[in-house]
Amino acid sequence: MSAILSPEGLLWLIPFVPFAAFGLIAIFTFRSRKLSHSLALGAAGISFIASMVVIWNALLIPDLAKNPITSQVKWLPVGDSWLMFGVMADPLTVVTLFFVAVTILMIFIYSVGYHNFGAPACNEDRPGLPPKGVIVTHNGHTQRVPSVEPMYARFFAFISLFGFAMFMLVVTDNLLGLYIGWEIMGLCSYLLIGFWYGKESARKAAIKAFITTRIGDVFMLLGLAALYSLTGTLNYQQILGNPQTLNILATTISPVAGLSWAGLIGLLLFAGTIGKSAQFPLHVWLPDAMEGPTPVSAMIHAATMVSAGVYLVARFFPLISAGWQPGLPLTTPMLAMAAIGAFTALFAASIAMTQNDVKRVLAYSTISQLGYMIAALGVGAYSAAVFHLFTHAFFKALLFLGSGSVIHGMEHGAMHTGEEIDTQDMRQMGGLRKKMPFTFWTFVAGGLALSGFPLITAGFWSKDAILAGAFSESTLVFIVLAAAALLTAFYTARQISLVFLGAARSKSAAHAVESRPAMTVPLVILALFAIAAGWIGIPKTFPLLGRLSADGFSSFIGSMLPYEVVEKLSSVPLITSLFVALGGLLLGWIAYRNIKKATQKDPLEISLGSVYRFVQHKYFVDELYEIVFIRPSIWFAEVFVAKWMDQVVLDGILNGIGKIGIGIGNVLRSGFDLPVVNGAADGIAGGTRKMGSFLRKLETGKVQQYMTGALMGLVVLFIILYSIFK
Amino acid sequence: MIPLSWYLILAAALMSIGLFGVITRKNLVGALIGIELMLNAVNINLVAFWRYFHNARPEMDGLVFVALIFVVAAGETAIGLALIISAYRSRKTVDVNELNLLKG
Amino acid sequence: MSGMQVIFLIAAAVTLGSAIAAVSARKMLHAALWLVLALLGVAVIFALLEASFFAVVQVLVYIGAISILVIFAVMLSRTSLTDEGSQTNRGWWVAALGLVIVLIGVVAALSLWPKWTAMPGALPAAATDMATLGKQLVDPNGYLLPFELSSILLLAALVGAIYTAVDKKEEKP
Repeated sequence: MSAILSPEGLLWLIPFVPFAAFGLIAIFTFRSRKLSHSLALGAAGISFIASMVVIWNALLIPDLAKNPITSQVKWLPVGDSWLMFGVMADPLTVVTLFFVAVTILMIFIYSVGYHNFGAPACNEDRPGLPPKGVIVTHNGHTQRVPSVEPMYARFFAFISLFGFAMFMLVVTDNLLGLYIGWEIMGLCSYLLIGFWYGKESARKAAIKAFITTRIGDVFMLLGLAALYSLTGTLNYQQILGNPQTLNILATTISPVAGLSWAGLIGLLLFAGTIGKSAQFPLHVWLPDAMEGPTPVSAMIHAATMVSAGVYLVARFFPLISAGWQPGLPLTTPMLAMAAIGAFTALFAASIAMTQNDVKRVLAYSTISQLGYMIAALGVGAYSAAVFHLFTHAFFKALLFLGSGSVIHGMEHGAMHTGEEIDTQDMRQMGGLRKKMPFTFWTFVAGGLALSGFPLITAGFWSKDAILAGAFSESTLVFIVLAAAALLTAFYTARQISLVFLGAARSKSAAHAVESRPAMTVPLVILALFAIAAGWIGIPKTFPLLGRLSADGFSSFIGSMLPYEVVEKLSSVPLITSLFVALGGLLLGWIAYRNIKKATQKDPLEISLGSVYRFVQHKYFVDELYEIVFIRPSIWFAEVFVAKWMDQVVLDGILNGIGKIGIGIGNVLRSGFDLPVVNGAADGIAGGTRKMGSFLRKLETGKVQQYMTGALMGLVVLFIILYSIFK
Repeated sequence: MIPLSWYLILAAALMSIGLFGVITRKNLVGALIGIELMLNAVNINLVAFWRYFHNARPEMDGLVFVALIFVVAAGETAIGLALIISAYRSRKTVDVNELNLLKG
Repeated sequence: MSGMQVIFLIAAAVTLGSAIAAVSARKMLHAALWLVLALLGVAVIFALLEASFFAVVQVLVYIGAISILVIFAVMLSRTSLTDEGSQTNRGWWVAALGLVIVLIGVVAALSLWPKWTAMPGALPAAATDMATLGKQLVDPNGYLLPFELSSILLLAALVGAIYTAVDKKEEKP
């Protein structure tokens, strides 16, 4: 028992408790909503407590990067030795585990309220479609109220499985465990995006997500295989903690494009991140993934799964940056990361400015922020990137949960008034500040954190760190990221203004109601983190406050790197970040605070015209993919393979063989079986019959003829005997 | 003195004639006549052998045999004729060729 | 040629001739009468062989009883087969041929026998005495058993003949 409660044992417990919950819900308790969510919440709670205990123990260990908490078991026999599978807690794991555990628990609690637990069930609700609401008579006043989700237990089973996968990915100590968690998360993403499988848009979005991330996963698997074949191990410590291995990998040239092996493997692993963290060009699945329920969007597509891509690159940063030190030119994977990350940040931010669906804005925002982190890693700002990952998880989850609360409020209003509108369209909202105060204030906290509002929000500190790091390495990246920060602040202010400020633009918004505590309490807790989480990473070089700060974070994370990180003081990034954040917020507020009617044209559209529409259509990237990749693939599958090869060639061969077989059978039957075998048998029978009818003639019934025969026989016998015994 | 061979040849010839009659005659009674001839041929044979080769004691072997053959012949003729009468009554025929119920 | 031989030849000729006539006569009554003549010839042969008792018995039994029976049978079956038409089966020549071959074969085979031309020896006096035959017939060391069995046989033949030949129609009361 004590072995389980030791840090190593708890590390093992963290992933498997949600897995056990998944199994139990799927097999036993799926009929009972209360039991299912109790199991899931209990599992999330246990994992949370275990994570905190582990983190507490880990923080007490000095120099954790060199002495992580580890535990391994023998898993597969491989030749003479064993493939070891284990868990590890080093600084990066601790940081990631913290925000994963907190956000997962908050989202699980939120889901109870989101799926209307306790509400009456509607008989017309079909599993596979979102609940439509049930007509209820209350004090003589009939109205429609939200009904409970029919597939309630299924949801909790899936998110428990997802929790298992994410925890597994975080605590494992080898790349294979990471890959297992990665793939299971991909599966859960598919299952949960397509949770309401009755909707065709959800089904398509699920397939799109799965296939797009799969493309990245193929390259990642190649990188994994290359790494294993070169080093013979997948253990982080043995590859990344061993300077000799890294040196060899960095200096040996691979057969591809003159890259070193480290560069090639780094690029391949980064390809996996491009898919999973939705960077350009594989970003297309994330906006469509908003088809899933909002807790899914929050958890998978904001806080945890997309973070796994950044976690992977952060984990393998020593390999990616092998041979690099601050001041040296960037290695090839780092260049690729910086370019793609920065481009994606600006690209997605620009699209986010034009979207009208409240969740889609946040989806593009997530893509943009992930681009930030990737770009930061690309320019070598390691601790800044991890810091931003940490803070982003909190405020993005907060924003998504808040948007879910807004949508619930709008639906309540729509059911109350009977209005048929798209409850997720921001143009229909407005004035929700008064109707939904908790949601409003927490959303503001998250939005300000996202924009990087100075000092009091966590986002400010992490974004500032990234800008500082980018400034010291590459001016181009710095400018792009700063521009993206400006757009980020702009669209955040736009969103807040359209949703909460001003007057209600539809009857549903006018009758919106604040959400239940199961939904608002997680919002409040996450808002606290969104505000306070940044204070552990205040850099020492910051004016005034810096001297008070211990800056635990960057030294904690910085201990993972082999070289010393020196903070350079520069005021340019600081002033730039202040300027873009405050300026963007102000601009957005001014532009959107006076939108009175839902059908009013967007001010941006008025000023930018056709450019606006181009951006709103996501630069037609989806359409491009459709023409270049999807239609040819479908043609290949349906026409070439299915019709020509399968039906004509393969079926033709099989049918031909069948016909040949039948032909041979017929020939044998008519040529051999019937004449020879049947003929022989019939011949024997016929011959016997003929002989019988021949011999029959001897049986005349006339005694005298018999006697004559006997006499003749006697004569013959006599002659024979005579000739013998002469 | 008459050699034995004459008696034997006579008996053989009588036997052949009797057999010819049995085989050839259409009338059942005619066949019976042939049988009588055959039996007589046997008797001649037996008596001839007795006369030429009788033993010292008992002297009458051959003749006892002949006596028994007489008995048998008589009995057989009686039965045979009774059968012929019975067959004539039921089938109204004494044609041998008509009595072919055993025809296969 | 001694007188015995002449008598023998005449008797043999009569016997064989009447035998042939008996088996080939067209009318059944003629055949029966020719049979009587043949049997008479055989009786003469018996007498030549000094089996005098049997010569007489031959006449009594064969001619007196059996031939009469044959004639009765012929009479009783008159209406069945008329005396017109062929009296012999088709293919009689096959039988004739076969019989001739058999006859010749038998004679030829027998002629190889050394005793073929044996001459008769003298008969002891007891041989011609019928009492000896009678004693033999009732002697338990002799032929008592065949004698008794033959009497039973005759009894069976008697019963059988009566039963077979009785007219069933008269049985009904």
